[in-house]
Amino acid sequence: MNYNINEKGYYGDFGGAFIPEMLYPNVEELRQNYLNIMAEPSFKAEFDQLLKDYVGRPSPLYFAKRLSEKYNTKIYLKREDLNHTGAHKINNTIGQILMAKRLGKNRIIAETGAGQHGVATATVCALMGIECIVYMGEIDIARQAPNVARMKMLGATVIPATSGSKTLKDATNEAIRDWINNPVDTHYIIGSVVGPHPYPDMVAKFQAVVSEEIKFQLKDKEGTENPDYVIACVGGGSNAAGAYYHYLNNENVKLIAVEAAGLGVDSGESAATSVLGKEGIIHGSKTLLMQTNDGQITEPYSISAGLDYPGVGPMHAHLYKTGRAEFISITDDQAMQAGLELCKLEGIIPAIETSHALGVFEQKTFKPNDIVVVSLSGRGDKDLQNYIDYFKI
Amino acid sequence: MNRINQKLNEDKKLLSIYFTAGYPNLNDTLTIIENLEKSGVDMIEIGLPFSDPLADGPTIQASSTEALKNGMTTEVLFKQLKDVRKTVSIPLIIMGYFNPMLQYGVEAFCKKCQEIGIDGLIIPDLPVDVYNEQYKSTFEKYGLINVFLITPQTSKERIKFIDSISNGFIYMVSSASVTGSSKGFGDTQTNYFKRIADMQLNNPQIVGFGINNNDTFTQATTYAKGAIIGSAFIKHLSNNGVNKIEDFISSVRK
Ligand SMILES: Cc1ncc(COP(=O)(O)O)c(C=O)c1O
Repeated sequence: MNYNINEKGYYGDFGGAFIPEMLYPNVEELRQNYLNIMAEPSFKAEFDQLLKDYVGRPSPLYFAKRLSEKYNTKIYLKREDLNHTGAHKINNTIGQILMAKRLGKNRIIAETGAGQHGVATATVCALMGIECIVYMGEIDIARQAPNVARMKMLGATVIPATSGSKTLKDATNEAIRDWINNPVDTHYIIGSVVGPHPYPDMVAKFQAVVSEEIKFQLKDKEGTENPDYVIACVGGGSNAAGAYYHYLNNENVKLIAVEAAGLGVDSGESAATSVLGKEGIIHGSKTLLMQTNDGQITEPYSISAGLDYPGVGPMHAHLYKTGRAEFISITDDQAMQAGLELCKLEGIIPAIETSHALGVFEQKTFKPNDIVVVSLSGRGDKDLQNYIDYFKI
Repeated sequence: MNRINQKLNEDKKLLSIYFTAGYPNLNDTLTIIENLEKSGVDMIEIGLPFSDPLADGPTIQASSTEALKNGMTTEVLFKQLKDVRKTVSIPLIIMGYFNPMLQYGVEAFCKKCQEIGIDGLIIPDLPVDVYNEQYKSTFEKYGLINVFLITPQTSKERIKFIDSISNGFIYMVSSASVTGSSKGFGDTQTNYFKRIADMQLNNPQIVGFGINNNDTFTQATTYAKGAIIGSAFIKHLSNNGVNKIEDFISSVRK
């Protein structure tokens, strides 16, 4: 079985570009050029250099000794939280800003939920001196004020999405509408492995640096490139795609995708797309999404704004359908406890998204000799208020 | 012959009206359609509301949200339209996004359309190649014309390709914009309308997006076979309800 994208832009049954004709020229321009541009030696050199000097890569692969003792297995943390701006998101925005420059674009738009991708986009736009507009749901603007301020300090214009449910999915709609209205000079930096082809593949390839590094780092520490398990949380699926990428076709490496169960998968307040979703189309991609019987997209819920998306990328829909990845849902409460545990045992405050990935250790038993790599996708600074409110600190 | 083709053969400029089914009230659908025909409208696009209408501006978004809140669903719309052909004879097109059709089942959807007497479909997010490879034969089996869009950015070759697979009219999006822009048409639009007219395509073109009054209707139909009004009509419905439709239509047609 091959788990990579095919030449038509599909992972098995999922993917494609279900877009209005108004977007066709933009998406087609990107589709025709992205692989060639990424293969240019000058592009690679610039991308690698920025990842090294600006982002701080390679990010450490850290053996979590006390956490490993507690769960009687070997746990490594891939420290994306130590990247500039505090999460894996910047790997993608660095790649896409270089792509936009080579496509001759001078205006950048992005969507954001928690604000992490918005901040990562505003950052690279400041770095390159390019105009940046970030769409963010009105409700998210209110609950993520520090990131809104960061984006503004970085020179971005933050536009509230006031349509629909006023959260991430609506911010994405607004960004797409902006692109329809500005088809010539604008590049849309999508924040995850979602959207029409070629976005899921392009974003996965920019994030693939994560598993590229895990391979040589693990070789150095354990004498093998291959862990037994890779665990990552899944909102749209970009940190997971990056951590899985070089292991996709090596079935000895088991993949675990962690979704947000919210208040519980049966509670009506959940974001566990693989359990609650059906095949359909969201933001130009055929994938799994939460929807009514009538095909209206529904609003998910999670304590973590970054996992609060009603779909998953088409790669993950395929990994789910084929059984290549095991999908586990972690509730708000389980995630918060796992996040606090990492603080106490390892001195690392994780993003609440990441805490969901850590929640797996209470749910699943690993063998003492298993090598388990967890994508530590982001740091918890942005979530302090949430942690404070939850634990009444 | 399909009612759309018959209408396109008439020697006149066509006025087509879009409205969102289920707005302002759930059960206004039939009244709106009948009043539109009485007012002399040539063709109607019945909007099946969607939670996430990517190609639409604020007016149609808001009407869609409202319609869904009112309880509109695919099933309800089909029920409302069950007997529409007893009273209405102009072409009827359903315009909607692909996901609700996919969930209903594309074949079941098309079959239902034929039973009711729907003549065509406009599905902005069903791409041309996917239609061609997967759904063309189904649409044809149920006598439905699928209408494709072109925009000012669509290349000449692609326009020719779209023309070659169309069998009704081509929906010409007036400008690089979502629905509901009211900036009026300048030289850019006129040149684009002219450029397309000069291509002498097999399928007539009907202009949509940004048509909101007699001026823009006249400008669009100087070069094209007809024009479609959506957002401006919905605004009229919001302000006046379903009873003064004739006033709106006569102000456009003069
Ligand atoms: C730290 C962190 N992890 C994970 C995610 C989820 O996104 P994805 O599934 O694309 O990695 C986010 C999104 O905001 C995030 O900020």
